[in-house]
Amino acid sequence: MAGVTLDTVRKVYTGNVEAVKGVSLGIKDGSFCVLVGPSGCGKSTLLRMIAGLETISGGAVKIGDRVVNEVEPADRDIAMVFQNYALYPHMSVYDNMAYGLKNRGTPKDEIEKRVKEAARILAIEPFLARKPRQLSGGQRQRVAMGRAIVRKPQVFLFDEPLSNLDAKLRVQMRVEIKRLQRALGVTSIYVTHDQVEAMTLSDQLVVMSGGQIEQVGTPAEVYRRPETRFVATFIGSPPMNILPGKVEGPGRVSVGGQTISVTDMRDGLAPGSAIEVGLRPEDVQAGAAGSSSLTMDVDFVEELGATQLFHGKVAGTEFVVQASTGQIPADSRTLTLSIDPTNVHLFDPQTTKRLGRA
Amino acid sequence: MEKRALFSSKILPYALLLPQLAITIIFFYWPASQAVWQSFLMEDAFGLTSEFVGFENYRALFAQPEYYRAMVTTAVFSTAVALLSLSCALLLATQADKQLRFAHGYKTLLIWPYAVAPAIAGVLWIFMFHPTLGTLARPIKGLGIDWNPMLNANHAMILLVLSATWKQISYNFLFFLAGLQSIPKSVIEAAAIDGSGPVRRFWTIIFPLLSPTTFFLIVVNIVYVFFDTFGIIDAVTGGGPAGQTTTLVYKVYADGRLGGDLGGSAAQSVILMVIVIALTAIQFKYVERKVQY
Repeated sequence: MAGVTLDTVRKVYTGNVEAVKGVSLGIKDGSFCVLVGPSGCGKSTLLRMIAGLETISGGAVKIGDRVVNEVEPADRDIAMVFQNYALYPHMSVYDNMAYGLKNRGTPKDEIEKRVKEAARILAIEPFLARKPRQLSGGQRQRVAMGRAIVRKPQVFLFDEPLSNLDAKLRVQMRVEIKRLQRALGVTSIYVTHDQVEAMTLSDQLVVMSGGQIEQVGTPAEVYRRPETRFVATFIGSPPMNILPGKVEGPGRVSVGGQTISVTDMRDGLAPGSAIEVGLRPEDVQAGAAGSSSLTMDVDFVEELGATQLFHGKVAGTEFVVQASTGQIPADSRTLTLSIDPTNVHLFDPQTTKRLGRA
Repeated sequence: MEKRALFSSKILPYALLLPQLAITIIFFYWPASQAVWQSFLMEDAFGLTSEFVGFENYRALFAQPEYYRAMVTTAVFSTAVALLSLSCALLLATQADKQLRFAHGYKTLLIWPYAVAPAIAGVLWIFMFHPTLGTLARPIKGLGIDWNPMLNANHAMILLVLSATWKQISYNFLFFLAGLQSIPKSVIEAAAIDGSGPVRRFWTIIFPLLSPTTFFLIVVNIVYVFFDTFGIIDAVTGGGPAGQTTTLVYKVYADGRLGGDLGGSAAQSVILMVIVIALTAIQFKYVERKVQY
């Protein structure tokens, strides 16, 4: 087992396009690290650099204590699960899983033992003799994972492994990956653009944008205390509402003339300066007007079964409120929202960084 | 789900098929049936009368030692050309598939020989290897080899194989390159992570995945060597020396056109026709079913 350390890792493509701009990250041995971000944020490139499938333009990648920049993928002691599974189409499931072991000269009985064991864990024993094309998407995904686990590598790398599956199977496989990782205790790095996968799977969540890390933390930390507006709107569904506001004084901001209280606010902000006020749809409650409340004009309501989404405007800006069904009358035209001061996130309009307590 | 267009009229589909059917019948079936008919006839020396002789032409053909020699020549020639052109093309395609600079120009240049007419290609090779004129024949002689494709049957065959191969490499290259590019990159990457070096990767992953292309090309190449090398043979050796490079197709021409034996020539054509039909049938049977995986 080994952790993974990235030290100001850069990737520059020909034409001076910088896909990864100096990323530093420490991944603890045995932990599950998820890299999440929109497409083109450099997360897959970063993963491929760890795998050795892309050259590293600058910085160092360490697996355990060893710098692997110049080490061939085969010698990095990693296994990778690809988005399109990348199974060998002309080989049986058994041979697909045994291939990596055969290449390394593992004795035949040992190969058989390990493949059988992996097949048992993944419940693909009945398919060992089949070819990949005779399997369903979920079964192929299991074979791809089986191919990774028989090798007993130091690190598992997952490149959007669930995006080719349908919604139901995706949830099921997500749970299985998590369980498997817990059971095997192998350091895992998982790339996805899906924030639900990111939140549910990770011990360590890394939010990336534009080739850089926006925030690193546990899923709860990232959700509760987003460091930038990007993270605030990217993590959480429906995304956080961002309202333009003004600083009124310590612990007080105003949105369209309505004043609300804030707990987590940086000291010394000049009254009257512009600020962005972030409120999660699930964090606001309909209630009576008070010292910290906003009024909202409701346009329409989306039914989600257990919850309802109220779409409308607060001080002229789009706003969404999520409430348990029945909590707010669905025919409401205006809502008074009472704001808990601990649930308000403040961001600098220029730098988009969080303006919380230091 | 029914995806085909359905016509309410019975006449329209036939009317639409008619031009194609007409072309097929006039240009393919009619000459073919003429050849079959002619193979049962024997003409007099002046070509004035012909007489129905049944299988006499075939019997005469199989009594000729020259015919068996032409069979062996054809087999040697086609095996050599198919092997050489396929392996050269595969080597070039694997190199072109790597991301190299000027890849586009490289591919375009490789495709050019295919556009050269067979007879011209033959003449080009003659200029290089003619025992007295050839630009490359001199250095070969300089090595102490008595190079003379005009007199030495083996030399003549080598020259034919080289020119026929040179022309066919382009075609094979295109198909191999397309085949290589259709192999998902992630499969190759997965193999690399699985600890398979470039050579092992080629033989255990790439080559098996290319097998439908390879099989298709083997059949196409054999058909090519059987039929389309006529121009090259005619230009380079004319079937000589002493009929040593006469293939089955060249013999059809030599016996019918030069020898005036229309019946015997027609009988040979019919045999060739059977061979092509067999090859095509094999190709359809296996290629359509995708042999490998």
